[in-house]
Amino acid sequence: MSDAPIPAIQISHVSKSFGQGQALVEALKDVSLEAFLGEMFFLVGPSGCGKTTLLSILCSTLKPTSGNVKVLGTDLTAASNRRLTRFRREHVGFVFQQFNLIPTLTITENVSVPLLLAGRGASAANRLAKEALDRVGLGDKIALRPGKLSGGQQQRVAIARALVHSPDLIVCDEPTSALDSETGHQIMEILDEVARDSKRCVIVVTHDPRILGFADRLAEMEDGRILKITTGTAHATG
Amino acid sequence: MITLALRMLFNDRAKYLMLVSGVAFASLLMIQQSGVFCGLMSWTYSSLRNLRAPIWVMDPKVEQVNDPKPLRDTDVFRVRSIDGVAWAAPLYTGNVQGRLPNGNFKLVQLVGLDNNTFTGAPGPEKFLAGSLEDLRLPNTVIIDDFAVQRLSDGLTNPDGTTRKIGVGDVFDINDHEARVVGIVKAYRSFTGGPYVFTTYDRALQYAPPTRRMLSFVLAAPVEGMDPAVIAERITRESGLQAQSEANFRHLTLFWFVKNTGIPISFGTTVLLGLIVGLVISGQTYYTFILENARSIAAFKAMGASMPLLIRMLITQSVVAGLIGFGIGVGLAAGFGYLTAPKGQPPFFLLPEILFGVAGFILLITISAALLGVIKVARMDPDTVFRG
Ligand SMILES: Nc1ncnc2c1ncn2[C@@H]1O[C@H](COP(=O)(O)OP(=O)(O)O)[C@@H](O)[C@H]1O
Ligand SMILES: [Mg+2]
Repeated sequence: MSDAPIPAIQISHVSKSFGQGQALVEALKDVSLEAFLGEMFFLVGPSGCGKTTLLSILCSTLKPTSGNVKVLGTDLTAASNRRLTRFRREHVGFVFQQFNLIPTLTITENVSVPLLLAGRGASAANRLAKEALDRVGLGDKIALRPGKLSGGQQQRVAIARALVHSPDLIVCDEPTSALDSETGHQIMEILDEVARDSKRCVIVVTHDPRILGFADRLAEMEDGRILKITTGTAHATG
Repeated sequence: MITLALRMLFNDRAKYLMLVSGVAFASLLMIQQSGVFCGLMSWTYSSLRNLRAPIWVMDPKVEQVNDPKPLRDTDVFRVRSIDGVAWAAPLYTGNVQGRLPNGNFKLVQLVGLDNNTFTGAPGPEKFLAGSLEDLRLPNTVIIDDFAVQRLSDGLTNPDGTTRKIGVGDVFDINDHEARVVGIVKAYRSFTGGPYVFTTYDRALQYAPPTRRMLSFVLAAPVEGMDPAVIAERITRESGLQAQSEANFRHLTLFWFVKNTGIPISFGTTVLLGLIVGLVISGQTYYTFILENARSIAAFKAMGASMPLLIRMLITQSVVAGLIGFGIGVGLAAGFGYLTAPKGQPPFFLLPEILFGVAGFILLITISAALLGVIKVARMDPDTVFRG
């Protein structure tokens, strides 16, 4: 990293609690964090430590109870719901553990969703979706529905969908947990390329030790707190 | 996105078919039952459709056309003498027994028309065979097409095969000979008896004698006068009851609506169709939305705005509803098409029924979509990350 890194995510003193009284769960306790464009940032830790909650907050699908969240220059804590919806539409690509593809649509239609949401015409969306599928190696499957594909292929569709509208933030929640280790590795290689190729920030939540080697940096979490942030082994020389 | 929403609906074959057939079934039931209801109710004033006169004069106690109270023969002249009346003619209507060639009896609706003018008789366009003028011959009657079905039992050709009654055939009414000289198309009467038209004097011979025989006086206003106005004048000056034809239809129709269980029983079926349709379609659509909750949550996470999601849901549900409605209308129309020529059961599809049912289906589908919208609005975009 020769130039000064541009911050993509700036989170300071964020807390999040669910429920009230006896049932109160403090999922995040005073978390601060910074991640940069061009970086593959991992959130790791045991199940229930607050990784998904933190990811949801930094991609604005969830609002923090307190603290400040600034992503790609936008102050998410102050923004209205409409503003947040637009923010996600324009800036965020999603990859989920359970893929969350729409089973009744072809994979091309699935991938075209972010483009259609962004107001692109149907034929342009269709063409770009096919190109994106081509890039993840599924150019020969464009007319199939997700159910006809293996788990790894489905996750590749999800990645194509996350990338198709060229967002600058890509959030991945346990992207490999539902896959065997070889397939998981392939998926991570695709994501790695994404983080390398363009000025993007990729945030990966995982408790899968097999893929930790892909991290530029990783934040270890426990019980709603970040214990430490370490530089990963990947591209240590870059 | 709207196209994708529809593709999601159509591709979910099982639920789509269920949704559409639920709506189709409900529409069919509602339209068909309303159609039969209107058809049946139109039977109540068949005599008013078969016997055309602008003004009907009757006993003040008469409430509907199928239940006349006899008048004095001289009442015809009283009506005729009233200012503004162009003409007035006697009419007999009553149910009498006709005897078939095989000895069976069938109830017929006997109509006695003015001896000279045949006032109120079916027009020439209604004649399938024979002619009105032949009623001047002795012992003659004109029957309707329904009578052809009902009065043909036991009629045979010389070679033994059965045949239908026709012009030239003879049957008995109360031991008096009735020779058929004409066959007309007529609307079915509510009481179910076929129409037998003859002259007033001959009707009195056929019918069992009572002290008074005149059922109605048919009348018309002089040209340019409103029948309702003249009817009112007749009522006022004669002490009888006079109604314009349109008004008498209404009175008859509403008498049946008020005094019989027919509207309630049909109303119940229509309501049933409505509830069944509502439950099947609403339930199915709601399940559809629940099962698509993950997809919808994903749309929300990816930045689909609430107005867009609402449009998607309403389009899905309204399109399914309209397709189902279309099929329902098609089936109901097919039913009507098959039964209408026989007139059994009667089927009378008013455009108002179609609009009403369409409106109702829209209401159901939009409400179902709005239920889904409430569900979606409550959905956290964050749920996409949760198992
Ligand atoms: N919507 C919610 N309502 C109540 N508690 C929640 C909710 N989401 C998460 N939690 C709780 O917050 C804590 C952190 O959850 P999560 O962020 O999903 O952990 P991780 O992703 O690290 O497994 C857990 O104790 C979880 O039960
Ligand atoms: Mg998690």
